[in-house]
Amino acid sequence: MKRFFIGFAIVSLVLAGFVSYFANSNPDGLDHVTEVHGIAEHAKDSPLSGSLFADYAVGGDDRFTGVAGVLGVVATLALAGGLFWLLRKRSPQGK
Amino acid sequence: MPRGHVTWLTPATYERHLCDRPTPTRPAVSGGTLVATPWPQRVVGNYRDPVSETIAMHMSDGLLNAPTSLLFVVVAVVGVGIALAKARGDLDDKTAPMAGLVAAFVFATQMLNFPVLPGVSGHLLGGALAAILVGPWVGALCVTIVLVLQALLFADGGVTALGANVTNMALIGTATGYLVAMALRGLARRGKGGIAAVAFVSALVNTVVASCGFVLEYAIGGQGGVSLGTVAAAIVGVHVLIGIGEGLITAATVTAVSSIRPDLVYLLRRTTPQNLELRA
Repeated sequence: MKRFFIGFAIVSLVLAGFVSYFANSNPDGLDHVTEVHGIAEHAKDSPLSGSLFADYAVGGDDRFTGVAGVLGVVATLALAGGLFWLLRKRSPQGK
Repeated sequence: MPRGHVTWLTPATYERHLCDRPTPTRPAVSGGTLVATPWPQRVVGNYRDPVSETIAMHMSDGLLNAPTSLLFVVVAVVGVGIALAKARGDLDDKTAPMAGLVAAFVFATQMLNFPVLPGVSGHLLGGALAAILVGPWVGALCVTIVLVLQALLFADGGVTALGANVTNMALIGTATGYLVAMALRGLARRGKGGIAAVAFVSALVNTVVASCGFVLEYAIGGQGGVSLGTVAAAIVGVHVLIGIGEGLITAATVTAVSSIRPDLVYLLRRTTPQNLELRA
């Protein structure tokens, strides 16, 4: 069981930390449609667009996308794993 | 995803890409390092507006009017609240860490935009993937946590748009993926090909139906006055293509997990104990 969980975590870290550099940088379907039809002209910058890790970069430098990706995986795992661990049904023997 | 083109420009590239703009004065350069420039340094997308265009893979703020944004914040809060209440029943010492890992995997995979058309990409939404692996309630929470972190930590997707993004991808997407997977559950039990097919179809439908969530929101309070038919055709059309990618990723992932640890696949686990009870 542990081995599977560790392997699953490593896969996510490699995808976010390394494979992310090879992601397609074109706008996604939603952005493309809103841009083509002029809806995106109404888009506002996120109030957090100046934050340190905005746009999966570090301080605006997207050479660090992998770093941001690893951070995101760790943060997601901590937040989701922590929440689900607290929510779980405790096993009967109390452990 | 890191929708690239966030680049430090040299004056030459600046002029090449933005030749219709006033020629900038030379920047202060010291030792080959761009120190300061009088023009915006962040260039985005197709260079339409390097100053303010948002980089986002989810809905940005401002696409919906304020009341509509608020309406979908309420929808998202109610939906996530129900999922929180129901999730406990599906979480134990074994499934809780699995669910945390599924959320992390959805985050990682959402970074990986794949090409769908010239100049257009798509990425996994993850609702069907999460629902098949950890069930609909926990799955909706997984996708929600990913979207919240993306908006707050990476400025990906708007903040007032978070309600709509959660409604589309975490609630509509996950529910749709789950319902399709459950309808095809019999096929999922017929070996690897069966579960791969179920994962593919439920992920494809999940993507298309989730994109209809945007069309609904646009119909209620979208900005820009584009006709609903135009928006619907464009959005659904491109999301059929994205859904094929989502289907392939979901099928590969679910097949891999089910061949190593079938006991961790919610869709299979839910059927097996009942069968055993019936036979016992």
